[in-house]
Amino acid sequence: MTFVMTFSLFMPLDTTRAMRSCCFMPARWSPCAVLLIATLGARPGMAIDVDPVVLEAEARRVAAIERASAAAVAIFAGDSGGGSGVLISPDGYALTNFHVVEPAGVAMTCGLSDGHLYEAVLVGLDPTGDVALVKLLGRDEFPFAVLADSDAVEQGDWCFAAGNPFLLATDLVPSISAGIVSGTHRYQFPAGTILEYADCIQVDAAINPGNSGGGLFDAAGRIIGVNGRASFEKRGRVNVGAGDAISSNQLRNFLGCLKGGKLCDHATLGATVATAVDARVVVSDILESSDAWRQGLRIDDEIVSLAGRAVRTVNAFKNVLGTLPAGWQVPIVYRRSGRREETLVRLAGVHTQSELAAIVGRGAEPPNPPGDDGKPKERGPGLARKPDRARELPEAVRAVYEDRPGFTNYYFNLVERDRVSRGIAAARGTAGKGPWVLEGTLEEGGDFRIEVADSVAVIDLPTGTSELDTTGELDANPVPPGSGGMLAALVVWRRLVNDGAAAVGRTAYLGTAPIDPRHIDPSGGDLVDVLETAVDGIEAHVRVDARGQVVGIDLWTSPEADPCELRITPAKVGDANDLPQRLDVWRGSERFGTFVIADGSLGGGAP
Amino acid sequence: MKTQRIWRALAGGIVAASTLTVPAAAAEPTPREVIARAARRVVKIYGAGGLSGLEGYQSGILVSPDGRIITVASTVLDSDEIDCVLDDGRRFGAKLVGIDPRRELAMLQIDAADLPAFAVVPEEAPALPGTRILALSNMFGVAVGDERVTAQRGVVAARIPLEARRGAAEAPFRGNVYVLDCTTNNPGSPGGAVIDARGRLIGMLGKELRSTDSGIWLNYALPANELVAGSEAILTGKVATTTDADTPRFEPRLLGAVLVPDLLDRTPPFVESVDPASPAARAGLRPDDLVIAVGPRSVATRTAVEQALGSLAPGDPVKITVIRAGALVEIDLGPRPRGTTP
Repeated sequence: MTFVMTFSLFMPLDTTRAMRSCCFMPARWSPCAVLLIATLGARPGMAIDVDPVVLEAEARRVAAIERASAAAVAIFAGDSGGGSGVLISPDGYALTNFHVVEPAGVAMTCGLSDGHLYEAVLVGLDPTGDVALVKLLGRDEFPFAVLADSDAVEQGDWCFAAGNPFLLATDLVPSISAGIVSGTHRYQFPAGTILEYADCIQVDAAINPGNSGGGLFDAAGRIIGVNGRASFEKRGRVNVGAGDAISSNQLRNFLGCLKGGKLCDHATLGATVATAVDARVVVSDILESSDAWRQGLRIDDEIVSLAGRAVRTVNAFKNVLGTLPAGWQVPIVYRRSGRREETLVRLAGVHTQSELAAIVGRGAEPPNPPGDDGKPKERGPGLARKPDRARELPEAVRAVYEDRPGFTNYYFNLVERDRVSRGIAAARGTAGKGPWVLEGTLEEGGDFRIEVADSVAVIDLPTGTSELDTTGELDANPVPPGSGGMLAALVVWRRLVNDGAAAVGRTAYLGTAPIDPRHIDPSGGDLVDVLETAVDGIEAHVRVDARGQVVGIDLWTSPEADPCELRITPAKVGDANDLPQRLDVWRGSERFGTFVIADGSLGGGAP
Repeated sequence: MKTQRIWRALAGGIVAASTLTVPAAAAEPTPREVIARAARRVVKIYGAGGLSGLEGYQSGILVSPDGRIITVASTVLDSDEIDCVLDDGRRFGAKLVGIDPRRELAMLQIDAADLPAFAVVPEEAPALPGTRILALSNMFGVAVGDERVTAQRGVVAARIPLEARRGAAEAPFRGNVYVLDCTTNNPGSPGGAVIDARGRLIGMLGKELRSTDSGIWLNYALPANELVAGSEAILTGKVATTTDADTPRFEPRLLGAVLVPDLLDRTPPFVESVDPASPAARAGLRPDDLVIAVGPRSVATRTAVEQALGSLAPGDPVKITVIRAGALVEIDLGPRPRGTTP
């Protein structure tokens, strides 16, 4: 099918040139030319055949912009202005900037391009990364855009922003500004604030005040970033040809934490790095209290890679760290006197929870989990209780908001915790609640037998038998010796499966983490849910995959010691036997044992 | 004579090489490819500066495999230590080969070999308005080490004589420049490469200038023809010593600052006395202060101070930097009054 378009006879010579060259360059250089054709071609006159390739490129672009426009959110923060956001799922979750929602507090009004206004509630905050997650209310299915892999983005790629610059979108239809990716993996120093922009995407699409929080899209209309910052100094507050977007891969890393209604923090290694005279990136200082120190990193070690990404400059190091949430465990490769070393490090938070709380204007508050008595400690003024907002929360928002120290919106933590808990229950199916028995061989040699019952857990190893009384505190006796508490981890696992998250100590939703810290997928394809449990003197982080299978437990009997790291390889999908295939147990950098399971039972049949 | 021959031979070789690629019209490179190729030919330049409003960095273009670089002649080059960082992260000290003051074009040399370089050749025909371009520069200095310089896309808006000023000073160059629809006029951009869709160099991003007519920041580039002529002039030592516009002077006394008498060729701009109740007195200027910068411009002589002040428009803020007892002190003298000295 050949399309015929008409051109004005007054079309200047260079437009013809532009059109011709556009035909040579389908889907690459066509954007400007296509627009030119579209705008100039409205008048009847000389008919011209347009290369179908051009028309296809135009149709693709129109479709991408339509999709993105539908997902674009205009955020109104009352008298304090507003900004943009972008919907990422049909249930109404939208990403935006912390600095956009900060003046609005818990409740805000959002507009979509369908012309409707929706109430929205604040869900989670990442103040350091300048990210906020909100949830639009009052509709079953929202239009949305998907998060793309921002590491696949390259300089020169076509991109566009959809948002609400200068708050012009009074009809709620977003403004579109197109451009190219000017640079990738940019590091922007915190400019007078704590807002650090690491590993961001630099674009020449016009990013103006009000674009903040809106999506940056690729040619297919997928989200590659959230527009956040631009240098406005020179020309007053308007575009200067350089805008910075927070990468979609960073956003994905924090999404679990944000969905859990938390106040998210960024990661620190506990060490600083500097460029040596020979351009190597070396450790210039390190905290002896850091996990990196405990795992063997020392001053003058050369950092080769972190979290699977090469570190060739100090900026690259900051870029990697800046995209990682506090608490993640990631591989680090370093070189010392010519020898390459590899280990896992657990990343600490950049801030304390009370520092973060102070940043978002909630006053100093106790860290999470709450006080020893299990009850929240004295509360600071919550966002909802700011005098000017306390009484104004709309009913729809009040129903999905719960103030709790250490959380942005505790309501959503319960939502996520219970979702994961339901997944575990569904995976358990009709299994009974009897004792768990696992038998098999150790890869290190010899046989093992594990039995976990309601009041006692026993493990037989070639080195001897260990027993744990599970009716009391679980931290008193980290057995088997050298494992850091393997039996306690199995006890926590069984209780979660049998009783549900709500019934096991204080259990909260922590966020997401890579399923296997030793092999991280930078595009986030391997993220699983993590529950955080404090029960009977221990603390545990429990990884649960999308099928509801518990795939890993990190268990601390003391906050100062290395945890026991239990990695569980679940049964294959469709396997009649639902026994896990194997258990890998680590402590710090040391492997405790590899348990290949041959027989056993997880509670027997239906009770 | 010898250098000219080398330059011509070099340019000829690159012309021959680039001609070979022309018949491959169907295989238009993607922007990704064009940028990746061109970015290796753009360098980050670090030199003098770092004071407020005076950036110590800009961009440059590799024009020969043995390390010749062209860039904008600016205060960044007022340093004994000019560093060039290549796309691969390698850092080289650079020697200033020469300057063409009329075009504000400078040439540097680094000690390296087998580098990727742009062909700087006369344009077959000037790029017409509407021609799509890419600009590659280290604007805002965001790229460090082996990080890629910034790429921006835009179009040629016009090819017209440059009518621009820096402050009140007319730009020395009055020839044709490419005015770009591309927000390139930023700190760090000067000296960046402007290329066409095939990656051919068509110009070099100019200094931060404002339009004489509108006062708007100009996004412009010195066309390749001027780069060729300026480079030849520098290499043959035949640079024009006069510029197209002479800077008017402004007597600092009108602000209440009396400098030491101008007795020498290069009288250092020490403050002799300060008129009481003058803007200078109110701002805290003191006798024996040594003026070292007016706004972003470093000044070494009394004449330079008068020229720098003259380059400001009446009403522009006058901010000077002085050395007092070994420390840098910034002084805000308020808006510049009218009046110049001949």
